[in-house]
Amino acid sequence: MSIFLNENSKVIVQGLTGSEGMKHGRKMLAAGTQLVGGVNARKAGTSVDLDGTDVPVFGGVEEAMKETGADVSVLFVPPKFAKDAVIEAVDAGIGLAVVITEGIPVHDSAWFWSHASANGNRTRIIGPNCPGIISPSKSLAGIIPANISGPGKMGLVSKSGTLTYQMMFELRDVGFSTAIGIGGDPIIGTTHIDALEAFEADPDTEAIVMIGEIGGDAEERAADFIKANVTKPVVGYVAGFTAPEGKTMGHAGAIVSGSAGTAQAKKEALEAAGVRVGKTPTETADLARSLING
Amino acid sequence: MDLYEYQAKDLFAAHGVPVLPGRTVDTAAEAERAAEEIGGPVVVKAQVKTGGRGKAGGVKLAQSPAEAKEKAEAILGLDIKGHIVHRVLVTAASDIAEEYYFSFLLDRSNRTFLAMCSAEGGMEIEELAVERPEALARVPIDPIAGVDRAKADEIVAQGKLPAEVADEAAQVIVKLWDTFVGEDATLVEVNPLVRDPQDNVVALDGKVTLDENAEFRHEAHAQLVDEKSQNPLEAKAKESDLNYVKLEGGQVGIIGNGAGLVMSTLDVVAYAGEQHGGMKPANFLDIGGGASAEVMAAGLDVILGDDDVRSVFVNVFGGITACDAVANGIVEALKILGDDARKPLVVRLDGNNVDEGRRILAEANHPLVTVVDTMDDAAAKAAELAAAGA
Repeated sequence: MSIFLNENSKVIVQGLTGSEGMKHGRKMLAAGTQLVGGVNARKAGTSVDLDGTDVPVFGGVEEAMKETGADVSVLFVPPKFAKDAVIEAVDAGIGLAVVITEGIPVHDSAWFWSHASANGNRTRIIGPNCPGIISPSKSLAGIIPANISGPGKMGLVSKSGTLTYQMMFELRDVGFSTAIGIGGDPIIGTTHIDALEAFEADPDTEAIVMIGEIGGDAEERAADFIKANVTKPVVGYVAGFTAPEGKTMGHAGAIVSGSAGTAQAKKEALEAAGVRVGKTPTETADLARSLING
Repeated sequence: MDLYEYQAKDLFAAHGVPVLPGRTVDTAAEAERAAEEIGGPVVVKAQVKTGGRGKAGGVKLAQSPAEAKEKAEAILGLDIKGHIVHRVLVTAASDIAEEYYFSFLLDRSNRTFLAMCSAEGGMEIEELAVERPEALARVPIDPIAGVDRAKADEIVAQGKLPAEVADEAAQVIVKLWDTFVGEDATLVEVNPLVRDPQDNVVALDGKVTLDENAEFRHEAHAQLVDEKSQNPLEAKAKESDLNYVKLEGGQVGIIGNGAGLVMSTLDVVAYAGEQHGGMKPANFLDIGGGASAEVMAAGLDVILGDDDVRSVFVNVFGGITACDAVANGIVEALKILGDDARKPLVVRLDGNNVDEGRRILAEANHPLVTVVDTMDDAAAKAAELAAAGA
């Protein structure tokens, strides 16, 4: 088992014909993903050759779903066009939309989230500004390098892409059921809580690593959720203890505002919920490993 | 990007929000002339991007142009919470009958927008929220439905603004929403929003934060960047499109790939520094996924130009990028910089093609470069070298 994505997932890419779409389309195929199509209104009816696999391009998400049975879309659409692309995926009723794009205006993200909510959240949105999701040896929807770690019993949810990779690398001896990067923007679709809930219900996930960073209160809310609902062991890591107030640290959402959103407050909230929090990624990995082996 | 009060008010005026006439000036003599032009009593206000200006002596009433000059002299150069005042706004003094609070902001937790409104304005909103939470209305705003007149009426009623100004306040709120959406703001705050003796509603102050991700549809916003008071290293980094933040009081320069990993690197260096004379990270610099030689060189150039930096920690995890490409980038960058590179570099590479990456660095055998295998050990080495370089 795994969460949100498995070997039966049929994946399309919105923006497949662009350079990023092609590059990561190839990598997804190599990782075992059932990549069944791409979407580009101007290139409908053509196909792209990805290392010998011929992938058809459709005019829209709805058509692609009808023709291929796709239930996941990965979006490599430039920020300017991302809002319309997400809305198209939502309107087509696809099950999962993974928005890789970085730099989407927050008014656009708020808009498509509201639209998805008004549609009863039939479409799960991951991202934006995220590396996507991988269920190792089953499927990859996004840009997470598939060769870092194989399958295993650990679940991983993180705001940050490179910290996802770092943690998968540290725990490659253990392996992962699913690793999911939820993104560093102020407004994101899938949250830490959504992933924790799914990992709790997944019989193949034994323990969970949760990585947070400064900004907002998602980690504090996740801590409350863990206390009330999660029986599996959770290990945490929070980045940004040394971040100064009022400065955006790379991710649009990574900012301490006044006394809100500090790493210290997040760490304390997690510890109060019984989560052991590592001081460094390596220490966090060691804590997580002890949960599986111990 | 946070705006100055005068910039916020310019945007307000452009969207039809009532503000008082004013002029921004950089010298006391200009403040005197501005007061003459405006006529009558004026208020001289420090333009700094922080709250609590009034308490810090940064806002003064002046009855005459001569007094405006005197007050401006006192305010220019003030240090308000670490912000030096280089510019003041001279604005008409207003007769204030009442002060209200109003803002539109991003509600991250609920993934929507929020209007906050209170009949008790003037004080800092954090204090009001703690001391009198019942006096602060919080009204969720759906991004698609937006704020029409009916929604504005609802906000005014929940904020308990008096009936005499309800109509005009609602009109102002609709225009503030136009500002919030039209300028792609993540915060529009008016504190205080005032009622004058004639029951006019005026934005007496303004705080606006703009979304930098939306710059592609707001060419005019580029002019709002205050280059003069920008940290020179941050300005240089921005020219090269680098994601750089200068941290005061640090000695270890940091370069890494990915925002989360770089934030984590700063923390790990700070922990390691506790064992090495309290060395701290000197900056945040995310060179992104690509990590080409040119980007690495531009990044090193900025960091080595920081006089506070005594050692540099390059921390890269090869995910999408391969470590051999990063290693070549470092070697090339050091060639490009030549004699300008004088500080020791600790490099930690892991992930994709790491063996080849380490081999390239070993072969280059650059006298400044030390390769350390793990992030924690590399942080300790960088802190140790910084402490030794004092």
